[in-house]
Amino acid sequence: MSTIVIDNLQTHFETPAGVIRAVDGVSFSVERGEILGLVGESGSGKSITGFSIIGLVDPPGRVAGGRILFQGEDLVGRSESEMRALRGKKIAMIFQDPMMTLNPVLSIETQMVEAVRAHDNVPKLEARRRAVEALGLVGIPSPDERLSAYPHQFSGGMRQRVAIAIALLHRPDLIIADEPTTALDVTIQSQILFEIQKVSRDFGMSLIWISHDLGVVAGLAHNIAVMYAGRIVEAGPVDTVLDHPVHPYTVGLLRSIPANLRRGEALEAIPGMAPSPLRRPSGCPFRLRCFAATATCETEPVDARIGEHSWRCFHPQNEARP
Amino acid sequence: MTVFILRRLLQSAGVLLATSVIVFLGVYAIGNPADILIAADATQLERQSAIVALGLDRPLIEQYWIFLSNALRGDFGRSFVFNQPAISLILARLPATLELALVALIIALVVGIPLGLVSGLKPNTLVDETIMTGSILGFSLPNFWQGMMLIMIFSVWLGWLPAGGRGDTAQVLGITTSLLSWDGLTHLILPATNLALFNLALVIRLTRTGVREIMPLDFIKFARAKGLTERRIVLVHVLKNIMIPVVTVVGMEFGSIIAFAVVTETIFSWPGIGKLLIDSIMLLDRPVVVSYLLVVVFMFVIINLLVDIAYSLLDPRIRLRDTQ
Repeated sequence: MSTIVIDNLQTHFETPAGVIRAVDGVSFSVERGEILGLVGESGSGKSITGFSIIGLVDPPGRVAGGRILFQGEDLVGRSESEMRALRGKKIAMIFQDPMMTLNPVLSIETQMVEAVRAHDNVPKLEARRRAVEALGLVGIPSPDERLSAYPHQFSGGMRQRVAIAIALLHRPDLIIADEPTTALDVTIQSQILFEIQKVSRDFGMSLIWISHDLGVVAGLAHNIAVMYAGRIVEAGPVDTVLDHPVHPYTVGLLRSIPANLRRGEALEAIPGMAPSPLRRPSGCPFRLRCFAATATCETEPVDARIGEHSWRCFHPQNEARP
Repeated sequence: MTVFILRRLLQSAGVLLATSVIVFLGVYAIGNPADILIAADATQLERQSAIVALGLDRPLIEQYWIFLSNALRGDFGRSFVFNQPAISLILARLPATLELALVALIIALVVGIPLGLVSGLKPNTLVDETIMTGSILGFSLPNFWQGMMLIMIFSVWLGWLPAGGRGDTAQVLGITTSLLSWDGLTHLILPATNLALFNLALVIRLTRTGVREIMPLDFIKFARAKGLTERRIVLVHVLKNIMIPVVTVVGMEFGSIIAFAVVTETIFSWPGIGKLLIDSIMLLDRPVVVSYLLVVVFMFVIINLLVDIAYSLLDPRIRLRDTQ
């Protein structure tokens, strides 16, 4: 059984200016121990997808349709207390900015012990022991001493390790990581990626890694899903999608990575900007920026698929491969 | 931290010295106490001897010097009116004011923080708007009018509480207090509420603003993602962050409560220090006025020091350092 199956998820924000369909019919699944890279530009709905799963979409946003099957059970419409029992216990989340995820006026110990005791009624000493163990797991030196420190006494990378340690406290079945290395130095980033990969493998945890960095996803994930304007436009095994991209948007993303070019060659940017979520073009939302667009694109494209590789485009680039 | 405290105490000595000069000059400028204190039908000779006895015949500089050298020995002069040491007059009445101010502060915090929390957590609802409108009244209606309305409603119409005075008091460790007898408490409720209203409104608004600022932050969302109850998030994660601005402002305000309890004490004929001050200013009782202001300044200094120490306890990022 898949750890999580998202089926036609719709997350909408009802604003005075109209309904914003931040997530507009997203479907994917993640198996046990699998890492899925969820990629897209800012505003593509990838973070909102993550928050929808854990039930923390800020109002006026709400999950308006679709199913979120976690270990076979639908999370949509669950009560707040049922979701709370799941959060941190079965599904954990790591945030983008480590400088902001820990409460500045509470010690690391307080923040970890409360996380343990939110789900397990254990004595404080036992909770503390688990906290020390989790800090050791993510490579924090002398965790016993560091536990009594406050967030400001840690560097950004260390804080993100603490946040990951908190996410690991209950050995959740699914971790949603929302750009957790974007704010970090490249060297720290690779260390964190290494730790994450290790614990995911060791404990058989599923991971949804939200990022706009294709390089990171390429090295980390098993599967990749590319989001554009609230939809998944291309998905499949990471090597297949990155080596043989089919959707013009994925092609454009890959071309705009500096590492793929020779020195002096001009970077190729995708023209235009992501459409306003209130005024998305009819048909394919990417058609106004697309180099391959034709009149056909004014109708809604449907999913095409070869093996595990799927895409949503009338004009597949390259030769699609499974 | 010890060095920090010592340095602050040393600085406060300088503040006290400067205040004493300003206050001495100020009171000197208001008028000549001899004109008020000495009976109009006194002979020229009686008048002259009274002026000499009070030391009012000497030049201002010399008067100040005498005051200062006596003050350093703990003698702040004798009241012209009561012919008692000024400082003991003040200290005899201070407990009544402190008690009033303390109870007012507790009311402001105990009622204000929960109301502010409710308001901030449910913004733009009927509850929030009711509380906010109430707090505007607390700000804008004059304190003396609020006091008279309290008397009107609770003493005159409802007859629940006494309209003035201090009621039964008890002695604890040499301090007279109203807190230990039922009668004393009933006398305390109205004036303390009156004194609390402004700060209550202030605390409500500070708390509400704080909640609105803290709630959208990432660490609150992360706390939710850990599966914490809403109750723990609000009472621990939000509240501890809010306490920093609240302590700052309330610390400053506590000094003001003491210094400006005058109005409330006058309305409720509370035998506190404020009433003594008003009487002393009327009679140009210079030693009492000067000593009173020095005591108030001293209290401000101490309160500010306590607030700084409270900061370092509330916010681990603040460390009291011996700055050069």
